[in-house]
Amino acid sequence: MTDFKMPSLGADMEAGTLVEWRKKPGDLLQPGDIIAEVDTQKGLIEIEVFEGGILDKYLIEVGDKVPVGTPMASLRPEGTTGVPAKEVKEQVHPIQEKEKPEEAQATEHSEKVNIPSKEKLSEEKSFKDKPSEETSSEEKLSEEKHRIKISPLARTIAEKNRLDLSGITGTGEGGAIIKADVEKAMAAKKEEKHEETLEKKIEEQVPERPVKEQKTTEPAAAGISPQESIRKAVAAAMSLSNREIPHYYLEKRIDMLKALTWLKETNQQREISARLMPAVLFIKAVAKAIDSAPALNAVWENGLQLKNEINIGFVVSLRSGGILVPAIKNADLKSTDEIMISLNDIIPRARAMRLRSSELSESTITLTSLGENGADKVFGVIYPPQVAIVGFGSIIDEPVVQKGMLAFRPVVHVTLAGDHRATDGLTGSRFLEALNNHLQNPETL
Amino acid sequence: MSEMIKITYREALKAGIREALTNDERVFLMGEDVGRYGGAFAVSKGLLQEFGEDRVMDVPLSESGFVGAGIGASLAGMKPIVEVMTVNFGLLPMDQIVNNAATMLHMSGGQINVPVVIRMSCGIGKQLAAQHSHSWEPLFAHIPGLVVLSVGTHEDARGMLHTALEHPDPVIIFEYTSMLNREAEIPADAGPMDISLAKVRREGKDISIITYGIGVHKSMEAAEKLAEQGIDAEVIDLRVLRPLDEKCFLESVVKTHRALLVEEAWGSINVSSEVSARIMEKAFFDLDAPVKRLGGVEVPIPYPLHLENASVPQVDDIVNAVIKILRP
Amino acid sequence: MTREQIRSDIFELLKKTAPETDPTRLGPDENIREALNIDSFDALQFLVAINEKMGIDIPEEDYGKTTTLKSLTDYLELRSKAGN
Repeated sequence: MTDFKMPSLGADMEAGTLVEWRKKPGDLLQPGDIIAEVDTQKGLIEIEVFEGGILDKYLIEVGDKVPVGTPMASLRPEGTTGVPAKEVKEQVHPIQEKEKPEEAQATEHSEKVNIPSKEKLSEEKSFKDKPSEETSSEEKLSEEKHRIKISPLARTIAEKNRLDLSGITGTGEGGAIIKADVEKAMAAKKEEKHEETLEKKIEEQVPERPVKEQKTTEPAAAGISPQESIRKAVAAAMSLSNREIPHYYLEKRIDMLKALTWLKETNQQREISARLMPAVLFIKAVAKAIDSAPALNAVWENGLQLKNEINIGFVVSLRSGGILVPAIKNADLKSTDEIMISLNDIIPRARAMRLRSSELSESTITLTSLGENGADKVFGVIYPPQVAIVGFGSIIDEPVVQKGMLAFRPVVHVTLAGDHRATDGLTGSRFLEALNNHLQNPETL
Repeated sequence: MSEMIKITYREALKAGIREALTNDERVFLMGEDVGRYGGAFAVSKGLLQEFGEDRVMDVPLSESGFVGAGIGASLAGMKPIVEVMTVNFGLLPMDQIVNNAATMLHMSGGQINVPVVIRMSCGIGKQLAAQHSHSWEPLFAHIPGLVVLSVGTHEDARGMLHTALEHPDPVIIFEYTSMLNREAEIPADAGPMDISLAKVRREGKDISIITYGIGVHKSMEAAEKLAEQGIDAEVIDLRVLRPLDEKCFLESVVKTHRALLVEEAWGSINVSSEVSARIMEKAFFDLDAPVKRLGGVEVPIPYPLHLENASVPQVDDIVNAVIKILRP
Repeated sequence: MTREQIRSDIFELLKKTAPETDPTRLGPDENIREALNIDSFDALQFLVAINEKMGIDIPEEDYGKTTTLKSLTDYLELRSKAGN
């Protein structure tokens, strides 16, 4: 039995609200199937499962807003039967329903420490020395003597993060565990956890994040417009990036004459709906250039972790402001035509804020392209945990020295922002050089 | 920002009464010694000469009688400001206040409002001894049908009366004897103040000090001292003791996760008890420490100054209580 | 297709591309993409939509003739008269 958990769709996501189940208990799931639709800061997202199995039981209800990493449903292997519902008693704490004393009680008992405190025991006993209780209360007593003193807030945070309380030393009144103690323990656990999960697939990683206070003060997604929530998501991700990632920047001017000529000839023979945009060549060229600098196709999570798949996050700006960065998956394996088809699919869906979970979570490098008539250059901010972003300015005519002669050529200024923890300028430089070479041979893209 | 003027609490109260008498002919002030003597605490000094005997009315020493008369006048369309010299005499008209003022709307099936305003001086004066130093805000705040205000700042002293007179139901205003000579700056054009909301007097993130009346400036001073020690306290002035603006203090507690409740009234079954209960009921899971109360010692207030001071929370007591909560 | 029809088709398709704008307020010589804040992807989609609606396939070399309301209307009118 495994739990299907609320996936993280980026460093900026804290929670999601279940809008609709797409599968029923008993349904057979294949990897990639859409199990549910979830409302996030980035719109309504279709959530896919990553392993097959039979949907056994829902663990949250439609309308629940739960933090990333919260079990949403349990899956069992194909060919098995379900367990009685009683045993899969939910350990879920939707954000809206904060007041659930019985549940708090239930978890508390499961967090017993094994060292009985004599002092406490005698205290409790003298308290309940009444003979009528003596016979039946042995079990109860053994539970109570292990009672952990903890503030309601600290307990709420610990439960949301499924933190074991037994090892935590309290620094509050009477040795009670308070918020600061829980946060400290979570930080320690996070480090451990990263080591354990190094080999796991990215989609299975549930980054631990401290529960921020604002969760309780701000009304869940309700009441916030999509523009505002997108703005907040961008703000969170970019602030994190600026705070944590030491960026380095490189720039290269690339001659686009050959690429544009090839594009023109190709498009001439095509109906308008099948024509390619320059962005397609950029995407494909970036995907191929990664061969020369694989360290740029990676994430930084407790060290550099290279990715095998090349999934290019393509920055789509929304008309109402803000951006979304859906992934064009396996861009190196796609033909230019297939990439154009991907763009035709993904851009309108991004603008309508209707993306799938994998499209938001699986990018391995980001590409931003300003299109025509925009600024000449763009210096990107890396989307964590990625380690690089490639920026394409507008294609403009500039004087170029060619075989000792001055000529006008269409050029594009390409920039690379790299995470200096992960790579150095030399790697980036090699990448931009390779990118140039690929764009000089558009027919091979 | 408009220009600021320095003003005593007494002058601010007087300016409010004067403005009310000027603006509305139905408004009149009645109470013991409010006219010729100028008020027991000189709040209404000179108003008799300015507005005449019909508008500033000395009454016999019979609280039950003249408060009842004020209630009657309000039923007849007048807007009386009834001054009960101090809350210490407030038990005498209690029957009029509870059984008539607070109940009439209900008994008349919603037909008859009682728009009377009753002002009382409250709290420890200076060495007035047990019978004249009461903090009885909780007694009145207990009664449904009343609006109970506590004037903890000079701006409220200047502006709460205006809004109270516009209220259709009986309003009790507690003013503080010990603050009368206290000076503070308020905007020169300070005017009517809201009488439905509590106010955050100082923003902070570490703890919410929830208080009213004299507790406000004491808590503000305490917060400044705490800031020197790196503790960022938020100070909430409840202002309206009935009906309580719980949204304000609950939001604060949800932010700071800790609360200290400060008032001069006797320590148990007081306004803080109610505030504490509501925090438990509605913000329990946001608490990171037990809610603590700092109230008056439960004794008749003593006459000697040092004992009088020791009988109600002082600035240092607030500072120490906060530190104990934050650094146990 | 009359000039009026062409204009109303253009407005309809522009509105789809940039829903929060009012294309009917475009000046005849204003640059459509700049005025309505349309990026290169949406510009291409707009021309695809024109193709679907009017059956006129605009070759890439003619994109330059479609930048303003007046030039685009002129161009589409000419093409539709020429029997495409």
